[in-house]
Amino acid sequence: MEPENGFIQEFKVKGGDFSKAGSISTEIKEILQEVGIDSSIIRRVAIASYEAEMNMVMYSRKGEVSFILDSVKILIKTSDEGPGIEDIDKAMQEGFSTATDEMREMGFGAGMGLPNIKKHSDEFKITSEIGKGTNLSITFYLEQQNKQ
Amino acid sequence: MKLKEIIEKLQLRVITAQGGFETEVTGGYTSDLLSDVMANSQKGNIWITLQTHQNIIAVAKLKELSGIVLVKGREPDEETTNKAEEEKIPLLSSKESAFSITGKLYKLISEKKIDA
Ligand SMILES: Nc1ncnc2c1ncn2[C@@H]1O[C@H](COP(=O)(O)OP(=O)(O)OP(=O)(O)O)[C@@H](O)[C@H]1O
Ligand SMILES: [Mg+2]
Repeated sequence: MEPENGFIQEFKVKGGDFSKAGSISTEIKEILQEVGIDSSIIRRVAIASYEAEMNMVMYSRKGEVSFILDSVKILIKTSDEGPGIEDIDKAMQEGFSTATDEMREMGFGAGMGLPNIKKHSDEFKITSEIGKGTNLSITFYLEQQNKQ
Repeated sequence: MKLKEIIEKLQLRVITAQGGFETEVTGGYTSDLLSDVMANSQKGNIWITLQTHQNIIAVAKLKELSGIVLVKGREPDEETTNKAEEEKIPLLSSKESAFSITGKLYKLISEKKIDA
């Protein structure tokens, strides 16, 4: 679906590459600031996009993030090639994590990423296929009255 | 309260401060879990942590934190210092524990608020 008068940007994520981790979220944030989006919305988008980006860096082989901005909403879609998530309900629980010791030493693995994406977005969809990968669709409405 | 005042009073070592020392510190947040800091820190907070990996800089930048204090004399990884310089995130360190630095910072900032 093409957004009308919208703006689209796509980013690539390389699994395991912690040196660039966070750069996509930073770029998205900078675009939103430039366009003059309300700072409370930017804050929520930054939290969600960072967590989505980090999960791809941590768990997937590679992935893509598309960032879409139109007159009503901000939409962030991710799709990755990776192990997928066995039990999505469990993964959505705060505290559940399969992060390795090495990841935990770096401060990851609180099991707060997915719950925080959900908490800070207006709409959140997650689908996953074992052995294939995971897809997220995260929506933020620019005006609260557009929320469904 | 300005960053330079906190550096002075808590006797923090400056690893890098490309952004200068005049930044306003709005409060602090103490945590070693990145998702927690991401969700719960506020703009302008100084972040107290023992994490030294480069990912702390991305978090500080995204959350517009006023600086990072590494505790227990921890040394940052080289990439962390480089990134901090690039992104102009003040990186500081202290020999003290997170508990002790947090307590002192809390006192300092709340006294300042009463004065004002
Ligand atoms: N893109 C993904 N591919 C495969 N598994 C994933 C992906 N995203 C999340 N998961 C699984 O879901 C679990 C929960 O993810 P969540 O982001 O909530 O926590 P975490 O990444 O473990 O820790 P934190 O985000 O707090 O650092 C992960 O530990 C992992 O098992
Ligand atoms: Mg996560």
